[in-house]
Amino acid sequence: MRTLVVLVPLFPVAAGVIVGAAGWRALTAWVGPLAAAIVTGAGVVLAVGVLDDGPVTALDRLLRADALSAYMIIVIGSVALVATSYGVGYVRAELEHGHTTARRARIYGVLVQGFIAAMLTAVLADNLGVLWVAVEATTIATAFLVGHRRTRASLEASWKYVVIGSVGVALAFLGTVLVYFASRHAGGDAEASLNWSTLVTLAPSLDPGVVRLALGLLVVGYGTKIGLAPMHTWLPDAHSQAPAPVSALMSGVLLSVAFYALLRYKVIADAALGTGYVRGLLVAGALLSLAVAASLLLAQRDYKRMLAYSSIEHMGLVALGVAIGTPLAVGAALLHILGHGIGKAVLFCSSGEILHVTGTTEIAGVRGLLVRQPFLGGIFGLGVLALLGLPPFSLFASELAIARAGVADGMGWAVGVAFVLVFVIFAAMVGHAQRMLLGEPDVADVDGPSRRMSTTSAVPLVVGMAALALLGVSIWPIERLLEAAARVVTG
Amino acid sequence: MSETLFVQLLDLAVGLVLVCAFVVLWRRGLGAIVHALTVQGVALAAVAFLLGVHEEHAELIGAAALVLVLKGVVLPRVLLRIIRDSDETREVEPFVNVTASLLAAAGLTLLAYATSRDVVALDPGPETSAIPIGIAVALIGFFVLATRRKAVTQIVGFLLLDNGIALVAFLATAGVPLIVELGVALDVLLAVFILQVLTTRMRAKFGVTDLNQLRELRD
Repeated sequence: MRTLVVLVPLFPVAAGVIVGAAGWRALTAWVGPLAAAIVTGAGVVLAVGVLDDGPVTALDRLLRADALSAYMIIVIGSVALVATSYGVGYVRAELEHGHTTARRARIYGVLVQGFIAAMLTAVLADNLGVLWVAVEATTIATAFLVGHRRTRASLEASWKYVVIGSVGVALAFLGTVLVYFASRHAGGDAEASLNWSTLVTLAPSLDPGVVRLALGLLVVGYGTKIGLAPMHTWLPDAHSQAPAPVSALMSGVLLSVAFYALLRYKVIADAALGTGYVRGLLVAGALLSLAVAASLLLAQRDYKRMLAYSSIEHMGLVALGVAIGTPLAVGAALLHILGHGIGKAVLFCSSGEILHVTGTTEIAGVRGLLVRQPFLGGIFGLGVLALLGLPPFSLFASELAIARAGVADGMGWAVGVAFVLVFVIFAAMVGHAQRMLLGEPDVADVDGPSRRMSTTSAVPLVVGMAALALLGVSIWPIERLLEAAARVVTG
Repeated sequence: MSETLFVQLLDLAVGLVLVCAFVVLWRRGLGAIVHALTVQGVALAAVAFLLGVHEEHAELIGAAALVLVLKGVVLPRVLLRIIRDSDETREVEPFVNVTASLLAAAGLTLLAYATSRDVVALDPGPETSAIPIGIAVALIGFFVLATRRKAVTQIVGFLLLDNGIALVAFLATAGVPLIVELGVALDVLLAVFILQVLTTRMRAKFGVTDLNQLRELRD
């Protein structure tokens, strides 16, 4: 077990080294998906282990895996599996059409694996300083991926991404330092004071004033990475400019990994200050994010930006679930993270195909997709339905559970406001998707067989949607893990 | 080193960190701004060194050496190279003029004292009572990020923010554990390298590094 904890982030590192050494070739392209599959498997093994025997620590307590970490590893692994498997066909098409070079494909392969390794390190870190370093490392690994296409727009997006992301996360570091200060003062020794497992036991004796200041900074700082409004401004730019598989990873898991950091701090803050403080901050962030997403989705003209604003919406819903804070609500928020991750990965990957077929990211430039490309249109349509929270997909179950938990816990007003906004978003996205999928395609748009989606690109998307539907029908394979992971947060 | 001498030297070094932040706001020449940042990096290393000697803490002296190399030598060189490559030696017209900037910075310093009352009260002493200075430098860094529009001055703002936070870390807890310190240093270094590369690409695409050019993506 202990070895496995250390090995998990090393699988993508190894994959990155192989791609870096041998280049992006027919065979080495599959090393990334292989690593993602192994990581998912390792996550399952870890989950079984920690459910039976409790948390495991490794590397002199720098790393620690409990039910929440194991769950996040499974989330990262499965979203990475969808995104990197799709990436094999995506990069092949880019190379064939001369949109990228062999050298850039190699750099892409290395950076994507480094990015995944950084996220895995973040969810396994017991030391909250190491968690911070890993989250900042994700910005560094993805900076050049956002600017991969080297256009004016992608340059603008990557500049904003690095500056806003690094500044936001710097605030989280100040918060981390203040928590460390409070912890040292409450009697923690120098080595263990920044460990989450130590902080949880020290939490009741931490100075409330310092913790309050620290948590404010942490919510703003990690909130920037999560994309909570009003710190969300970088997100639509970066997610719309990055190559499709990278957008899938950023939207599908990077945002949730940043949220994971807040979950860890919430446990400490709730013990030190009571539950009201973090709840207030999160409810404000959640409702503002939903409002921003709703207002900017209504008149949205770009379908990749539409997907980006939908991520802001879903992070808002997760924040609402965590703010409610009962075991049911937190479990639902965690399930929502997985459902949104897979659903958004499928949608961003299919948006990459749509761009490939139509050559535009404008909603108005895509018409009659269901007629022109029945399979692609079908997957995109199903993905949008899943994200809108319709059954049988798992986001239906998690949104319903968040709403129920909120009403039961006396937060009915927040749930009411939130779901009015969700309804506006629903209407807006249905309208946009309808324009893209239905309608008569122009005669000039009739596609030759060469524009058909390759099987390698199609399979991961179908598997992703199937998994999402299965999870919506029954969550029993992960039920125990979800409950245990929610208990880590609710205490 | 006697206690009074330690306190005097510490206050001197911390004061120098704050003065450098004000100099960044005051000067218009990009070269002078980078020099102020270099002096600030050295002063920050001095703070760490003084604390390390005073508490006989070898790890902290190691951290001081790391800060000296990174912020006193490496990062200024990167910034000077960006300026040299660009032939743009002055911040054109900041959104907020110099006088107003200095007044705002004075206000931010007061704000820093107000917000960090709880922190100082937890463990009163010569080190903790200087914590508000670190917060003030971080806030001034924010202000620079928000009001300056050259790529280089934005990077300077980011580094001011980082220096302010590092100062808080040294004063509050005698530095974070060394492994975290190393990770943070590496992250900052890589972030600045990335921004340097982006600046070069921006010049190739736009001809200038004026961030007002970045207005293509919007809703």
